[in-house]
Amino acid sequence: MRPAFSVLLLTTLIGAAQGLFIALFLCELLAPNAITPNFLIGGSVIVLLLSGLGLLASFFHLGHPERAWRSMMMWRTSWLSREVIALPAFMAAAFAYGVAHWMALGHTLLIGVVGVVLSITLFICTGMIYAAVKVLKEWAHPLTLVNFSLLGSASGMTLAAAYASFVAPTLTAPLAQAAFVLTALSLLTRGAALVRNAQLSPASTLQTAIGIRHPHIVQKAQGAMGGSYNTREFFHGKSVGFVRVIIPAFLVLSFALPLLLVLTLPLLAFILQYAGLLAERWYFFAEAKHPQNLYYQGNS
Amino acid sequence: MTQLALVIDLNVCVGCHACVTNCKQWNTSGAAGALTDCNPYEAEPNGTFFNRVQTFEVGQYPKTETVHFPKSCLHCEDPACVPVCPTGASYKRKSDGIVLVDYDKCIGCKYCSWACPYGVREFDEQRKVMTKCTLCVDRIYDMSLPEDRRKPSCVLACPPGARLFGDVHDPESEVSVAIRERGGYTLMPEANTKPANHYLPRRKTTVTVRDEELYRSDNPHKIDGAPFDRNLPPTNEELN
Repeated sequence: MRPAFSVLLLTTLIGAAQGLFIALFLCELLAPNAITPNFLIGGSVIVLLLSGLGLLASFFHLGHPERAWRSMMMWRTSWLSREVIALPAFMAAAFAYGVAHWMALGHTLLIGVVGVVLSITLFICTGMIYAAVKVLKEWAHPLTLVNFSLLGSASGMTLAAAYASFVAPTLTAPLAQAAFVLTALSLLTRGAALVRNAQLSPASTLQTAIGIRHPHIVQKAQGAMGGSYNTREFFHGKSVGFVRVIIPAFLVLSFALPLLLVLTLPLLAFILQYAGLLAERWYFFAEAKHPQNLYYQGNS
Repeated sequence: MTQLALVIDLNVCVGCHACVTNCKQWNTSGAAGALTDCNPYEAEPNGTFFNRVQTFEVGQYPKTETVHFPKSCLHCEDPACVPVCPTGASYKRKSDGIVLVDYDKCIGCKYCSWACPYGVREFDEQRKVMTKCTLCVDRIYDMSLPEDRRKPSCVLACPPGARLFGDVHDPESEVSVAIRERGGYTLMPEANTKPANHYLPRRKTTVTVRDEELYRSDNPHKIDGAPFDRNLPPTNEELN
């Protein structure tokens, strides 16, 4: 699949925002004496900023952004539709959480619980958008869901540690430790997905694609001289060398360096981890081999 | 329940692309707007097509066969593209089973094209919506056309008649009979989308001729050039 930059930005930005919100809520729940309302208000602003940027990025993926509201209609069947509902709902909860702290309205823990539930719901919706595409075996697995949730939570927790290091230094150490654990966990699950996907055998072959049982079939013409949507959308278009470099790059940036740095330099750890997650998401798309590519063997 | 579909005979298709051009002509001229052409007269011309003909070579030299393979939306009975659509722009008609896109509702998120295993949906780069074969829904019900012209453009265009059109749920329809009697099959059955369109396989036309059938049994003297048999009595011509 061709990685769309708007989608890479959307999923990584809202993932970090959701993780950060969960971190803020946990701070309020577990260390009510160590936090100030300002810490949570500022955190909510960052959550809204990141998720707002993600939402903005998502519009660039659409051919008709002015019709985006229509995408809430089919929530009964479409995970994409559910995500389109869950994201603004999560943002509204984060907004209410920040306002409740700012205006000292109370009930902040209750709003926080709603926000955390919506955050987890959004993780599930985002993951299921990909895990529900049955023809892409690389995605159609519970690990997709787990990785979207854990990677988002890990980056959000790293961001929380970075944020706390400026505003609430006493919280930096526990948040950084939590980020360390989440990053290590997500390394395990993302690694498991990498191993699984490397061992996959495709369900469809050129023989089943055109229905001719013969071991030797060669495509001679694709039906178009100058390419088509099929040759643009479903191939990442980068060299084998590039793909070979991107895997260790995202492993080092998203996991190894943040694990080394998060306890001492959380801000640098977050910047590197975010860059790594962009590369991780790029590879997530690039490694998914769509069966329609069987009809376009001249391109890869 | 009606399920309209195409049945494409790979044994007959000669790869002339007449179905491609007639499909483009009809669907670019309709009320839904033109099908985009990008760089039509430049390098790398490309555009939106609902139907493509691909060519495959099967086997190894000298035992090779060229197979032309027309490819368009299969109007699956369990379409993967429909439930994923967030707006409801992609839908399958209950009345005749045609899978359609409402271009006024499509937001161009391309998610349906990811879900389709066959790669038969094409995003139109100018209209910014997803497009696909409509089975010429705007002509098959057009009462102003003579009845025999109420067929998809590709079917009408095909010079050797490799494309059949009809209701695959009606066991007596031309398409059902063809599927039943000529080994019709679907593409990628493992995707569990139950395509309505079927393909008819390549066939070798052979006639078995036994040696004794080469000569007329009522022509014992082999006047048609068969080897002369000395054991037979001479004919009048030979005696004279």
